[in-house]
Amino acid sequence: MSTSMRVFFVGGGISYRALFNWINPGIYIPTMLGAPLFQILFFTYLGRYAGSQDDAFFIVGNAIQVAAMSGIYGMTMGIANERQYGTLQPLLATPANRLAIFSGRALPFIANGIAVSVFGFAVSWLLLDFRPAEGSVPALAVAVVVTTCSCVALGMLIGSIGLRARDVFFGANLVYFLMLLVCGVNVALDDLPGWLAAIGRCLPLTHGIEAAREIASGAALGDVAGLLWTEALIGLAYATAAYLLFRFFEAEGRRRASLETY
Amino acid sequence: MTARLFGIGWLFHLKGLTNSLFFVLVSVLQPIIFASIAFFMVESGNQAGTLLYVALGAGLMGIWSATLFGSGGAIQWQRWQGTLELLVGAPPPFVAVLLPLTVATSTIGIYSVVATLAWGRLFFGMPLDFAHPLQLAVALPATVLSLGMLGLLLASTFVLYRNANAFSNLLEYPVWLATGLLVPLTLLPGWVAPIGWVLSPTWGMRAIREAAFGGNAWPEIALCVGLGLVYVALGALALRNFERLARSRATLSLT
Repeated sequence: MSTSMRVFFVGGGISYRALFNWINPGIYIPTMLGAPLFQILFFTYLGRYAGSQDDAFFIVGNAIQVAAMSGIYGMTMGIANERQYGTLQPLLATPANRLAIFSGRALPFIANGIAVSVFGFAVSWLLLDFRPAEGSVPALAVAVVVTTCSCVALGMLIGSIGLRARDVFFGANLVYFLMLLVCGVNVALDDLPGWLAAIGRCLPLTHGIEAAREIASGAALGDVAGLLWTEALIGLAYATAAYLLFRFFEAEGRRRASLETY
Repeated sequence: MTARLFGIGWLFHLKGLTNSLFFVLVSVLQPIIFASIAFFMVESGNQAGTLLYVALGAGLMGIWSATLFGSGGAIQWQRWQGTLELLVGAPPPFVAVLLPLTVATSTIGIYSVVATLAWGRLFFGMPLDFAHPLQLAVALPATVLSLGMLGLLLASTFVLYRNANAFSNLLEYPVWLATGLLVPLTLLPGWVAPIGWVLSPTWGMRAIREAAFGGNAWPEIALCVGLGLVYVALGALALRNFERLARSRATLSLT
Protein backbone atom coordinates (compact mmCIF):
# COMPACT_ATOMS: atom_id res chain seq x y z
CA MET A 1 0.00 0.00 0.00
CA SER A 2 1.42 3.39 -0.93
CA THR A 3 2.02 6.01 1.74
CA SER A 4 -0.92 8.13 0.63
CA MET A 5 -3.25 5.15 0.59
CA ARG A 6 -2.09 4.24 4.09
CA VAL A 7 -2.73 7.78 5.28
CA PHE A 8 -6.14 7.63 3.62
CA PHE A 9 -7.29 4.35 5.16
CA VAL A 10 -5.25 3.86 8.33
CA GLY A 11 -4.98 7.58 9.11
CA GLY A 12 -8.70 8.03 8.58
CA GLY A 13 -9.45 5.18 10.96
CA ILE A 14 -6.99 6.38 13.60
CA SER A 15 -8.26 9.96 13.45
CA TYR A 16 -11.80 8.69 14.03
CA ARG A 17 -10.72 6.60 17.01
CA ALA A 18 -8.75 9.49 18.45
CA LEU A 19 -11.31 12.25 17.99
CA PHE A 20 -14.28 10.11 18.96
CA ASN A 21 -12.75 8.16 21.84
CA TRP A 22 -15.70 9.34 23.94
CA ILE A 23 -18.21 7.43 21.82
CA ASN A 24 -19.66 4.43 23.64
CA PRO A 25 -22.96 2.55 23.36
CA GLY A 26 -24.51 4.82 26.01
CA ILE A 27 -23.93 7.80 23.73
CA TYR A 28 -24.21 6.15 20.32
CA ILE A 29 -27.52 4.37 20.81
CA PRO A 30 -29.60 7.33 22.09
CA THR A 31 -28.03 9.85 19.72
CA MET A 32 -27.45 7.97 16.49
CA LEU A 33 -30.26 5.42 16.66
CA GLY A 34 -32.85 6.67 19.16
CA ALA A 35 -33.13 10.24 17.94
CA PRO A 36 -33.42 9.28 14.23
CA LEU A 37 -36.06 6.69 15.08
CA PHE A 38 -38.21 9.26 16.85
CA GLN A 39 -37.57 11.85 14.14
CA ILE A 40 -39.02 9.45 11.56
CA LEU A 41 -42.00 8.68 13.80
CA PHE A 42 -42.61 12.35 14.58
CA PHE A 43 -42.69 13.54 10.99
CA THR A 44 -44.66 10.55 9.74
CA TYR A 45 -47.38 11.17 12.33
CA LEU A 46 -47.25 14.91 11.65
CA GLY A 47 -47.71 14.07 7.98
CA ARG A 48 -50.73 11.95 8.79
CA TYR A 49 -52.21 14.86 10.73
CA ALA A 50 -51.47 17.41 8.00
CA GLY A 51 -52.64 15.09 5.25
CA SER A 52 -50.15 16.54 2.81
CA GLN A 53 -48.40 13.33 1.66
CA ASP A 54 -48.48 9.61 2.29
CA ASP A 55 -46.32 7.85 4.91
CA ALA A 56 -43.69 6.73 2.40
CA PHE A 57 -42.91 10.35 1.54
CA PHE A 58 -41.90 11.13 5.13
CA ILE A 59 -40.27 7.78 5.83
CA VAL A 60 -37.96 7.92 2.80
CA GLY A 61 -37.19 11.62 3.34
CA ASN A 62 -36.31 11.28 7.00
CA ALA A 63 -34.63 7.87 6.79
CA ILE A 64 -32.18 9.39 4.31
CA GLN A 65 -31.91 12.75 6.08
CA VAL A 66 -30.83 11.12 9.35
CA ALA A 67 -27.61 10.12 7.57
CA ALA A 68 -26.81 13.83 7.67
CA MET A 69 -26.40 13.53 11.44
CA SER A 70 -23.18 11.64 10.88
CA GLY A 71 -22.38 13.52 7.69
CA ILE A 72 -22.82 17.03 9.05
CA TYR A 73 -22.13 16.83 12.81
CA GLY A 74 -19.62 13.97 12.67
CA MET A 75 -17.65 15.25 9.71
CA THR A 76 -17.62 18.79 11.11
CA MET A 77 -16.15 17.45 14.35
CA GLY A 78 -13.80 15.18 12.40
CA ILE A 79 -12.04 18.25 11.02
CA ALA A 80 -12.77 21.13 13.38
CA ASN A 81 -12.03 19.18 16.56
CA GLU A 82 -8.37 18.83 15.57
CA ARG A 83 -8.18 22.51 16.37
CA GLN A 84 -10.29 22.20 19.51
CA TYR A 85 -8.20 19.32 20.88
CA GLY A 86 -4.90 21.03 20.08
CA THR A 87 -3.78 18.39 17.58
CA LEU A 88 -4.01 20.48 14.44
CA GLN A 89 -0.45 21.78 14.58
CA PRO A 90 1.21 18.35 14.91
CA LEU A 91 -1.06 17.03 12.15
CA LEU A 92 -0.14 19.80 9.75
CA ALA A 93 3.54 19.59 10.67
CA THR A 94 3.70 16.16 9.01
CA PRO A 95 4.68 15.91 5.36
CA ALA A 96 1.71 13.60 4.66
CA ASN A 97 -0.37 14.13 1.56
CA ARG A 98 -3.05 16.64 2.49
CA LEU A 99 -5.69 15.21 0.19
CA ALA A 100 -5.21 11.79 1.78
CA ILE A 101 -5.39 13.26 5.31
CA PHE A 102 -8.46 15.27 4.45
CA SER A 103 -10.48 12.76 2.48
CA GLY A 104 -9.52 9.68 4.51
CA ARG A 105 -11.29 10.91 7.56
CA ALA A 106 -14.58 10.96 5.67
CA LEU A 107 -14.79 7.17 5.42
CA PRO A 108 -15.99 6.42 8.98
CA PHE A 109 -18.71 9.04 8.69
CA ILE A 110 -19.91 7.68 5.36
CA ALA A 111 -20.10 4.18 6.88
CA ASN A 112 -21.84 5.55 9.95
CA GLY A 113 -24.35 7.58 7.95
CA ILE A 114 -25.23 4.58 5.81
CA ALA A 115 -25.71 2.44 8.94
CA VAL A 116 -28.04 5.04 10.51
CA SER A 117 -30.03 5.36 7.31
CA VAL A 118 -30.39 1.57 7.00
CA PHE A 119 -31.54 1.48 10.62
CA GLY A 120 -34.11 4.18 9.79
CA PHE A 121 -35.52 2.16 6.90
CA ALA A 122 -35.51 -1.03 8.98
CA VAL A 123 -37.49 0.45 11.88
CA SER A 124 -39.89 2.07 9.41
CA TRP A 125 -40.48 -1.36 7.89
CA LEU A 126 -41.03 -2.76 11.38
CA LEU A 127 -43.09 -0.01 13.01
CA LEU A 128 -44.71 1.93 10.19
CA ASP A 129 -45.37 -0.86 7.73
CA PHE A 130 -43.14 0.73 5.12
CA ARG A 131 -42.84 -1.53 2.07
CA PRO A 132 -40.70 -0.29 -0.82
CA ALA A 133 -41.46 -1.66 -4.29
CA GLU A 134 -40.34 -5.22 -4.82
CA GLY A 135 -36.70 -5.52 -5.86
CA SER A 136 -36.02 -1.85 -5.14
CA VAL A 137 -33.69 -2.38 -2.18
CA PRO A 138 -30.37 -2.52 -4.13
CA ALA A 139 -31.21 0.68 -6.02
CA LEU A 140 -32.37 2.28 -2.79
CA ALA A 141 -29.01 1.35 -1.27
CA VAL A 142 -27.22 3.13 -4.11
CA ALA A 143 -29.30 6.27 -3.46
CA VAL A 144 -28.47 6.09 0.25
CA VAL A 145 -24.73 5.72 -0.41
CA VAL A 146 -24.60 8.59 -2.92
CA THR A 147 -26.65 10.90 -0.70
CA THR A 148 -24.65 10.08 2.42
CA CYS A 149 -21.41 10.84 0.57
CA SER A 150 -22.71 14.22 -0.55
CA CYS A 151 -23.87 15.04 3.00
CA VAL A 152 -20.41 14.17 4.27
CA ALA A 153 -18.99 16.56 1.67
CA LEU A 154 -21.12 19.36 3.11
CA GLY A 155 -19.91 18.38 6.57
CA MET A 156 -16.33 18.66 5.26
CA LEU A 157 -17.02 22.20 4.12
CA ILE A 158 -18.44 23.19 7.52
CA GLY A 159 -15.53 21.43 9.23
CA SER A 160 -13.04 23.38 7.13
CA ILE A 161 -14.76 26.61 8.09
CA GLY A 162 -14.30 25.40 11.67
CA LEU A 163 -10.54 25.74 11.19
CA ARG A 164 -11.12 29.48 11.33
CA ALA A 165 -14.60 30.14 12.81
CA ARG A 166 -15.12 30.54 16.54
CA ASP A 167 -18.35 28.53 16.91
CA VAL A 168 -18.74 26.22 13.94
CA PHE A 169 -21.20 23.92 15.71
CA PHE A 170 -23.82 26.65 15.66
CA GLY A 171 -23.50 26.61 11.88
CA ALA A 172 -23.61 22.82 11.74
CA ASN A 173 -26.79 22.74 13.83
CA LEU A 174 -28.42 25.43 11.75
CA VAL A 175 -27.57 23.70 8.46
CA TYR A 176 -28.86 20.38 9.78
CA PHE A 177 -32.23 21.83 10.75
CA LEU A 178 -32.52 23.95 7.61
CA MET A 179 -32.05 20.81 5.53
CA LEU A 180 -35.21 19.44 7.14
CA LEU A 181 -37.05 22.41 5.66
CA VAL A 182 -35.51 23.11 2.26
CA CYS A 183 -34.32 19.73 0.97
CA GLY A 184 -37.73 18.20 0.38
CA VAL A 185 -37.44 15.98 3.44
CA ASN A 186 -40.86 16.83 4.82
CA VAL A 187 -42.21 19.43 2.42
CA ALA A 188 -42.29 18.83 -1.33
CA LEU A 189 -40.20 21.41 -3.19
CA ASP A 190 -43.31 22.44 -5.15
CA ASP A 191 -44.94 23.49 -1.88
CA LEU A 192 -42.03 25.73 -0.86
CA PRO A 193 -41.57 29.33 -2.01
CA GLY A 194 -39.39 29.43 -5.12
CA TRP A 195 -36.35 30.91 -3.40
CA LEU A 196 -36.38 28.27 -0.65
CA ALA A 197 -36.71 25.48 -3.20
CA ALA A 198 -33.82 27.00 -5.17
CA ILE A 199 -31.61 26.87 -2.05
CA GLY A 200 -32.67 23.28 -1.51
CA ARG A 201 -31.67 22.31 -5.06
CA CYS A 202 -28.13 23.55 -4.40
CA LEU A 203 -27.75 21.41 -1.28
CA PRO A 204 -26.98 17.72 -0.81
CA LEU A 205 -29.94 15.45 0.04
CA THR A 206 -32.54 17.06 -2.23
CA HIS A 207 -31.90 15.09 -5.41
CA GLY A 208 -30.93 11.94 -3.52
CA ILE A 209 -34.20 11.93 -1.60
CA GLU A 210 -36.17 12.57 -4.78
CA ALA A 211 -34.42 9.64 -6.44
CA ALA A 212 -34.99 7.39 -3.42
CA ARG A 213 -38.70 8.20 -3.39
CA GLU A 214 -39.02 7.27 -7.05
CA ILE A 215 -37.06 4.06 -6.48
CA ALA A 216 -39.20 3.13 -3.47
CA SER A 217 -42.30 3.55 -5.57
CA GLY A 218 -41.01 1.32 -8.35
CA ALA A 219 -38.62 3.27 -10.61
CA ALA A 220 -35.50 1.53 -11.87
CA LEU A 221 -32.02 2.80 -11.11
CA GLY A 222 -31.63 3.94 -14.72
CA ASP A 223 -34.77 6.08 -14.43
CA VAL A 224 -33.24 8.14 -11.63
CA ALA A 225 -29.66 8.15 -12.86
CA GLY A 226 -29.89 11.86 -13.66
CA LEU A 227 -30.97 12.71 -10.13
CA LEU A 228 -28.24 10.57 -8.59
CA TRP A 229 -25.55 12.04 -10.84
CA THR A 230 -26.73 15.51 -9.88
CA GLU A 231 -26.53 14.55 -6.20
CA ALA A 232 -23.04 13.14 -6.69
CA LEU A 233 -21.84 16.24 -8.57
CA ILE A 234 -23.23 18.52 -5.85
CA GLY A 235 -21.32 16.45 -3.31
CA LEU A 236 -18.16 16.66 -5.40
CA ALA A 237 -18.51 20.44 -5.63
CA TYR A 238 -18.83 20.75 -1.84
CA ALA A 239 -15.91 18.39 -1.26
CA THR A 240 -13.73 20.40 -3.65
CA ALA A 241 -14.70 23.67 -1.98
CA ALA A 242 -14.01 22.07 1.42
CA TYR A 243 -10.55 20.91 0.41
CA LEU A 244 -9.63 24.29 -1.08
CA LEU A 245 -10.80 26.02 2.12
CA PHE A 246 -8.82 23.51 4.20
CA ARG A 247 -5.64 24.31 2.25
CA PHE A 248 -6.35 28.02 2.35
CA PHE A 249 -6.85 28.06 6.13
CA GLU A 250 -3.74 25.90 6.57
CA ALA A 251 -1.67 28.38 4.56
CA GLU A 252 -3.25 31.35 6.35
CA GLY A 253 -2.75 29.70 9.74
CA ARG A 254 0.94 29.17 9.01
CA ARG A 255 1.41 32.68 7.66
CA ARG A 256 -0.28 34.34 10.62
CA ALA A 257 0.80 31.77 13.24
CA SER A 258 -2.87 31.40 14.13
CA LEU A 259 -3.60 27.72 13.48
CA GLU A 260 -5.10 27.03 16.89
CA THR A 261 -5.97 30.50 18.11
CA TYR A 262 -9.59 31.52 18.64
CA MET B 1 -34.94 35.47 51.44
CA THR B 2 -35.86 32.43 49.32
CA ALA B 3 -37.93 34.60 46.96
CA ARG B 4 -35.00 36.99 46.59
CA LEU B 5 -32.63 34.09 45.93
CA PHE B 6 -35.03 32.73 43.34
CA GLY B 7 -35.49 36.13 41.65
CA ILE B 8 -31.80 36.97 41.47
CA GLY B 9 -30.78 33.46 40.43
CA TRP B 10 -33.46 33.34 37.74
CA LEU B 11 -32.43 36.71 36.28
CA PHE B 12 -28.74 35.82 36.41
CA HIS B 13 -29.20 32.53 34.56
CA LEU B 14 -31.68 34.05 32.12
CA LYS B 15 -29.10 36.64 31.09
CA GLY B 16 -26.41 34.00 30.79
CA LEU B 17 -28.56 31.72 28.64
CA THR B 18 -29.60 34.62 26.42
CA ASN B 19 -25.92 35.17 25.61
CA SER B 20 -25.51 31.57 24.47
CA LEU B 21 -25.66 31.01 20.70
CA PHE B 22 -26.76 27.43 21.33
CA PHE B 23 -29.83 28.61 23.24
CA VAL B 24 -30.61 31.21 20.58
CA LEU B 25 -30.63 28.33 18.11
CA VAL B 26 -32.76 26.07 20.30
CA SER B 27 -35.23 28.69 21.45
CA VAL B 28 -35.61 30.89 18.36
CA LEU B 29 -34.26 29.43 15.11
CA GLN B 30 -35.15 25.78 15.63
CA PRO B 31 -38.81 26.49 16.56
CA ILE B 32 -39.12 28.82 13.56
CA ILE B 33 -37.78 26.10 11.26
CA PHE B 34 -40.12 23.48 12.75
CA ALA B 35 -43.04 25.90 12.63
CA SER B 36 -42.29 26.62 8.96
CA ILE B 37 -42.17 22.90 8.15
CA ALA B 38 -45.50 22.40 9.91
CA PHE B 39 -47.03 25.51 8.27
CA PHE B 40 -46.10 24.28 4.79
CA MET B 41 -47.31 20.78 5.61
CA VAL B 42 -50.74 21.87 6.84
CA GLU B 43 -51.08 24.39 4.02
CA SER B 44 -50.46 21.75 1.38
CA GLY B 45 -52.65 19.26 3.23
CA ASN B 46 -56.26 19.53 4.19
CA GLN B 47 -55.94 21.20 7.59
CA ALA B 48 -57.35 24.67 7.02
CA GLY B 49 -57.41 27.12 9.92
CA THR B 50 -54.72 25.38 11.96
CA LEU B 51 -51.82 27.80 11.58
CA LEU B 52 -52.26 29.22 15.09
CA TYR B 53 -52.57 25.68 16.44
CA VAL B 54 -49.26 24.84 14.78
CA ALA B 55 -47.53 28.06 15.87
CA LEU B 56 -48.44 27.51 19.52
CA GLY B 57 -47.35 23.87 19.33
CA ALA B 58 -44.00 24.75 17.75
CA GLY B 59 -43.49 27.41 20.42
CA LEU B 60 -44.07 24.88 23.18
CA MET B 61 -41.68 22.50 21.41
CA GLY B 62 -39.05 25.19 21.77
CA ILE B 63 -39.78 25.56 25.50
CA TRP B 64 -39.36 21.81 25.96
CA SER B 65 -36.08 21.77 24.00
CA ALA B 66 -34.66 24.67 26.00
CA THR B 67 -35.69 23.00 29.26
CA LEU B 68 -34.40 19.60 28.21
CA PHE B 69 -30.97 20.76 27.08
CA GLY B 70 -30.60 23.47 29.72
CA SER B 71 -31.83 21.57 32.74
CA GLY B 72 -30.91 18.01 31.79
CA GLY B 73 -27.23 18.79 32.00
CA ALA B 74 -27.45 21.60 34.57
CA ILE B 75 -25.53 19.86 37.37
CA GLN B 76 -22.97 18.41 34.97
CA TRP B 77 -22.48 21.87 33.47
CA GLN B 78 -21.85 23.42 36.89
CA ARG B 79 -19.39 20.61 37.51
CA TRP B 80 -17.47 21.38 34.31
CA GLN B 81 -17.48 25.08 35.18
CA GLY B 82 -16.03 24.30 38.61
CA THR B 83 -18.93 26.02 40.41
CA LEU B 84 -20.75 22.95 41.71
CA GLU B 85 -18.87 22.73 45.01
CA LEU B 86 -19.57 26.42 45.69
CA LEU B 87 -23.28 26.01 44.99
CA VAL B 88 -23.61 22.87 47.13
CA GLY B 89 -21.54 24.44 49.91
CA ALA B 90 -23.61 27.65 49.99
CA PRO B 91 -25.95 28.06 53.03
CA PRO B 92 -29.30 27.80 51.15
CA PRO B 93 -30.56 24.31 50.27
CA PHE B 94 -29.19 23.14 46.92
CA VAL B 95 -32.71 22.80 45.54
CA ALA B 96 -33.29 26.53 46.13
CA VAL B 97 -30.12 27.29 44.18
CA LEU B 98 -30.89 24.95 41.30
CA LEU B 99 -34.58 25.75 40.77
CA PRO B 100 -33.94 29.31 39.47
CA LEU B 101 -31.57 27.84 36.88
CA THR B 102 -34.04 25.26 35.61
CA VAL B 103 -36.89 27.79 35.54
CA ALA B 104 -34.60 30.16 33.61
CA THR B 105 -34.06 27.45 30.99
CA SER B 106 -37.78 27.08 30.48
CA THR B 107 -38.31 30.85 30.58
CA ILE B 108 -35.94 31.30 27.68
CA GLY B 109 -38.39 29.14 25.76
CA ILE B 110 -40.81 32.07 25.78
CA TYR B 111 -38.68 33.38 22.93
CA SER B 112 -39.91 30.34 21.02
CA VAL B 113 -43.57 31.18 21.44
CA VAL B 114 -43.01 34.83 20.54
CA ALA B 115 -40.85 33.83 17.56
CA THR B 116 -43.28 31.30 16.10
CA LEU B 117 -46.29 33.61 16.56
CA ALA B 118 -44.45 36.54 14.97
CA TRP B 119 -43.16 34.30 12.17
CA GLY B 120 -46.65 32.97 11.46
CA ARG B 121 -48.13 36.46 11.47
CA LEU B 122 -45.46 38.06 9.27
CA PHE B 123 -44.82 35.34 6.71
CA PHE B 124 -47.99 33.25 6.68
CA GLY B 125 -50.61 35.91 7.44
CA MET B 126 -51.75 34.00 10.51
CA PRO B 127 -54.39 35.90 12.50
CA LEU B 128 -53.54 36.41 16.16
CA ASP B 129 -57.05 36.18 17.58
CA PHE B 130 -57.08 34.75 21.08
CA ALA B 131 -60.44 33.84 22.57
CA HIS B 132 -59.43 34.43 26.22
CA PRO B 133 -56.34 36.69 26.44
CA LEU B 134 -56.48 36.74 30.25
CA GLN B 135 -56.44 32.96 30.50
CA LEU B 136 -53.61 32.90 27.97
CA ALA B 137 -51.68 35.42 30.06
CA VAL B 138 -51.91 33.01 32.99
CA ALA B 139 -51.55 29.75 31.09
CA LEU B 140 -48.26 30.65 29.41
CA PRO B 141 -46.30 31.58 32.57
CA ALA B 142 -47.87 28.65 34.43
CA THR B 143 -46.65 26.31 31.69
CA VAL B 144 -43.19 27.83 31.73
CA LEU B 145 -42.99 27.54 35.52
CA SER B 146 -44.19 23.97 35.45
CA LEU B 147 -41.65 23.03 32.78
CA GLY B 148 -38.95 24.67 34.86
CA MET B 149 -40.03 22.47 37.77
CA LEU B 150 -39.90 19.46 35.47
CA GLY B 151 -36.41 20.68 34.58
CA LEU B 152 -35.45 20.39 38.24
CA LEU B 153 -36.50 16.75 38.20
CA LEU B 154 -34.54 16.19 34.99
CA ALA B 155 -31.46 17.88 36.46
CA SER B 156 -31.58 15.86 39.65
CA THR B 157 -32.07 12.51 37.93
CA PHE B 158 -29.99 12.93 34.76
CA VAL B 159 -26.95 13.53 36.95
CA LEU B 160 -27.04 9.83 37.80
CA TYR B 161 -26.63 9.01 34.12
CA ARG B 162 -23.13 9.50 32.83
CA ASN B 163 -24.28 10.22 29.28
CA ALA B 164 -27.02 12.69 30.16
CA ASN B 165 -26.39 14.81 27.07
CA ALA B 166 -27.01 11.86 24.80
CA PHE B 167 -30.15 11.08 26.75
CA SER B 168 -31.32 14.66 26.16
CA ASN B 169 -30.83 14.16 22.41
CA LEU B 170 -33.07 11.11 22.63
CA LEU B 171 -35.91 12.70 24.60
CA GLU B 172 -36.67 15.70 22.40
CA TYR B 173 -38.91 14.10 19.75
CA PRO B 174 -40.68 11.52 21.98
CA VAL B 175 -41.94 14.18 24.38
CA TRP B 176 -43.06 16.36 21.47
CA LEU B 177 -45.10 13.37 20.34
CA ALA B 178 -46.38 12.09 23.70
CA THR B 179 -47.58 15.52 24.86
CA GLY B 180 -49.49 16.26 21.67
CA LEU B 181 -47.70 19.51 20.93
CA LEU B 182 -48.19 19.24 17.17
CA VAL B 183 -49.70 15.83 16.55
CA PRO B 184 -53.07 15.17 18.23
CA LEU B 185 -52.80 12.24 20.64
CA THR B 186 -55.80 10.60 18.98
CA LEU B 187 -53.57 9.78 16.01
CA LEU B 188 -51.06 7.93 18.18
CA PRO B 189 -51.38 4.43 19.66
CA GLY B 190 -53.59 4.37 22.78
CA TRP B 191 -50.74 3.60 25.18
CA VAL B 192 -49.05 6.92 24.42
CA ALA B 193 -51.71 9.11 26.05
CA PRO B 194 -51.11 7.93 29.68
CA ILE B 195 -47.43 8.84 29.28
CA GLY B 196 -48.48 12.34 28.32
CA TRP B 197 -50.73 12.66 31.38
CA VAL B 198 -47.74 12.74 33.73
CA LEU B 199 -45.88 15.30 31.63
CA SER B 200 -46.77 18.92 32.30
CA PRO B 201 -46.32 20.10 28.68
CA THR B 202 -49.46 18.09 27.87
CA TRP B 203 -51.57 20.15 30.24
CA GLY B 204 -49.75 23.37 29.46
CA MET B 205 -50.43 22.89 25.76
CA ARG B 206 -54.07 22.10 26.41
CA ALA B 207 -54.42 25.15 28.67
CA ILE B 208 -52.87 27.43 26.06
CA ARG B 209 -55.08 26.03 23.29
CA GLU B 210 -58.20 26.31 25.45
CA ALA B 211 -57.30 29.95 26.10
CA ALA B 212 -56.50 30.65 22.46
CA PHE B 213 -59.41 28.90 20.78
CA GLY B 214 -62.14 29.23 23.36
CA GLY B 215 -62.82 27.02 26.33
CA ASN B 216 -62.00 26.84 29.98
CA ALA B 217 -58.26 26.74 30.57
CA TRP B 218 -58.35 26.89 34.39
CA PRO B 219 -58.51 23.12 35.11
CA GLU B 220 -55.55 22.48 32.82
CA ILE B 221 -53.63 25.36 34.38
CA ALA B 222 -54.27 23.88 37.83
CA LEU B 223 -53.13 20.43 36.67
CA CYS B 224 -50.03 21.90 35.09
CA VAL B 225 -49.00 23.74 38.26
CA GLY B 226 -49.97 20.78 40.46
CA LEU B 227 -47.75 18.46 38.43
CA GLY B 228 -44.99 21.04 38.72
CA LEU B 229 -45.18 20.90 42.51
CA VAL B 230 -44.95 17.11 42.39
CA TYR B 231 -41.83 17.44 40.21
CA VAL B 232 -40.27 19.81 42.76
CA ALA B 233 -40.95 17.39 45.62
CA LEU B 234 -39.47 14.47 43.66
CA GLY B 235 -36.57 16.61 42.47
CA ALA B 236 -35.79 17.73 46.03
CA LEU B 237 -35.69 14.11 47.18
CA ALA B 238 -33.43 13.11 44.30
CA LEU B 239 -31.15 16.09 44.93
CA ARG B 240 -30.86 15.26 48.62
CA ASN B 241 -29.83 11.73 47.67
CA PHE B 242 -27.33 13.04 45.10
CA GLU B 243 -25.84 15.44 47.65
CA ARG B 244 -25.58 12.77 50.33
CA LEU B 245 -23.86 10.31 48.00
CA ALA B 246 -21.52 12.97 46.60
CA ARG B 247 -20.47 14.04 50.09
CA SER B 248 -20.01 10.53 51.48
CA ARG B 249 -18.06 9.31 48.43
CA ALA B 250 -16.26 12.61 47.84
CA THR B 251 -17.33 12.55 44.19
CA LEU B 252 -18.96 15.95 43.90
CA SER B 253 -16.53 17.36 41.36
CA LEU B 254 -15.80 14.10 39.57
CA THR B 255 -17.32 13.63 36.15
